[in-house]
Amino acid sequence: MATLYLAIKSLLNRRFTVGLTLLSIALSVSLLLGVERLRVESHNSFANTISGTNLIVGARSGAINLLLYSVFRIGDATNNISWKSYQKFADHPMVKWTIPISLGDSHKGYRVMGTNQDYFRHYSYADKRPLALAEGLPFEHVYQAVLGHEVAKKLNYTLGQKIIIAHGAGKTSFTMHDDKPFEIVGILKPTGTPVDRTVHIPLEGIEAIHANWVGGREVAGLKISADEALEKELTPKSITGFLVGLKSIIATFRVQREVNDYRKEPLLAILPGVALQQLWDLMSVAENALFVVTILVVSIGLIGMLTVMLAGLNERRREMAILRSVGARPGHILLLITGESFLLSLIGITLGLLLLYTSLFFAQPIMESQYGLHLQISLPSLREYLILGLVGTSGLIIGLIPGYRAYRYSLTDGMNIRL
Amino acid sequence: MQKTCAIKITDLRFGWRKNLPEVLHIPEFEVDRGERIFLRGASGSGKSTLLALIAGVSLPSSGDVEVLGNTINRINGSGRDHFRSDHIGFVFQMFNLIPYLSVLENVALPCHFSRSRKQKATASGISLHDEATRLLQHLDMAHADLLHRPVTELSVGQQQRVATARALIGAPEIIIADEPTSALDSEMRETFIRLLFQECDATGSTLLFVSHDKQLESLFERHVTLEEINTARQGVN
Ligand SMILES: Nc1ncnc2c1ncn2[C@@H]1O[C@H](COP(=O)(O)OP(=O)(O)O)[C@@H](O)[C@H]1O
Ligand SMILES: [Mg+2]
Repeated sequence: MATLYLAIKSLLNRRFTVGLTLLSIALSVSLLLGVERLRVESHNSFANTISGTNLIVGARSGAINLLLYSVFRIGDATNNISWKSYQKFADHPMVKWTIPISLGDSHKGYRVMGTNQDYFRHYSYADKRPLALAEGLPFEHVYQAVLGHEVAKKLNYTLGQKIIIAHGAGKTSFTMHDDKPFEIVGILKPTGTPVDRTVHIPLEGIEAIHANWVGGREVAGLKISADEALEKELTPKSITGFLVGLKSIIATFRVQREVNDYRKEPLLAILPGVALQQLWDLMSVAENALFVVTILVVSIGLIGMLTVMLAGLNERRREMAILRSVGARPGHILLLITGESFLLSLIGITLGLLLLYTSLFFAQPIMESQYGLHLQISLPSLREYLILGLVGTSGLIIGLIPGYRAYRYSLTDGMNIRL
Repeated sequence: MQKTCAIKITDLRFGWRKNLPEVLHIPEFEVDRGERIFLRGASGSGKSTLLALIAGVSLPSSGDVEVLGNTINRINGSGRDHFRSDHIGFVFQMFNLIPYLSVLENVALPCHFSRSRKQKATASGISLHDEATRLLQHLDMAHADLLHRPVTELSVGQQQRVATARALIGAPEIIIADEPTSALDSEMRETFIRLLFQECDATGSTLLFVSHDKQLESLFERHVTLEEINTARQGVN
């Protein structure tokens, strides 16, 4: 007990260097935990983006590309697939439901997705959670839109407002489908997935706004009003892809093969779970590199502590000799010096945790709004406790180095005080 | 039963390393209980080395060191540490204090390592804190303003008095002072020694006072030189 008191007093006496050491340990620990949190949370949110869908079908390209544009609204499809092919598989005896999707337009930087009512019926995320409307209803007419939660919140939209769809996916698209505004009829509840950042309109709406377009270009001088467009045939000739729910998951590979072997058009069917894993593996290289870097940062923090402790040791030989003269055993000296390092790492870890939670508290709304990533402010996970335990143990082991040196000094010096 | 000596050395030999010449060979040296003895020796002659042997911090290569009837070189390491903290109080030349402890904490320090000294210090029912203050008072060091100053800001003379209070707390049987006055100016030296005498008398402690300063000799009832008792042939210093 006396030794612990001595250790604390001695640390307090060196507030400045000790403070800096603590700061570097605390910063490195919070960095390590922060990176760990981000990894877990992004993995969770990542794995939660889609569930219940057995296959995703699109034009033949890479599996990850298909996953990215169909689920994450990142990148673009290289090709469309024909409505006929879609119908062929929609009517497949093994298929329970399908959700056709048609991408390519945007609204103020948010992707617009053409689909049908099956989307609201069958799409699910996280643990097979279905979509739910916060306000309004699914679209029923051609010029109606249902907004993802973030779109409505960010752009301050309410039901009944009209929005203009821009051609293309860029934030600053120059061509507007401004002759055919869409009325907001529904706003979805937040999902924490890319759905929140999507504007949903009927497939027929997509057809209608492109009525005066041929081959991806607006036909000059050709004006077709919103009402005139309704008179036209609005069943699409092609779509970007579709999601498939099967009657039995046992059929997954069979249907996948049938899609991939389809003669009339080069199609690709992927299993969302498998593609997600592939994508995650792709990212895990960077993630592991980041983890190694943060481990190194923590090591640097601890080595900084070692440096401070070792540097102070020589001028503390006198102190140890005095302690020996009043009856401290060499073991006490070992305990004192090692205890100081251990104490430093423990306080550093505590401060690091404090720092982590403070920054989580401030980062949470930003991460949520900017990246749609919900950071949970929860107690440390088992893995995090393990990491902290490891840092603490390293602190103890590193503390044994100056501790042992002091122990040797106190044995050879005895009470001899050298100036 | 015959009363044992405070310190009794028989045929002690000591060298720092095997290949180095012996520093000490003391055939016989005794200090009685309650005695105030002045041990003089040139600098580097081995005074501090002898004190470390008496304190059981170093061990003789041969011979025996008996302190208060205990042959200290036959006790194991932690036993010697216990023995030292229970029975011996130290004052060194200078920088005697732990810089990060307060004056009172410095004085009370031995009681954290020795239960018996803590018991003795608090025997009359007063707290350790009060006992430390009382000792400092005797040494004219109990002004509130001095007590709350960091020990590093005290003058050398003040530091030595704090160190003396620390050596005296819990009334150890032996007080060992290793050149405690060499950092003091000549007037303060005598004042300091008289205070030391007074407190040793109050607790009945034996005082072993070591110095190279011949002038102080006359203040003591008994004085010896290391050269008298040490027959080891010292190298040229
Ligand atoms: N830890 C040590 N290791 C080796 N030699 C030492 C050590 N301490 C002291 N000495 C040597 O022992 C001799 C006596 O030293 P010391 O007892 O400190 O002298 P004094 O206290 O009389 O000035 C000196 O020659 C000194 O160099
Ligand atoms: Mg000396």
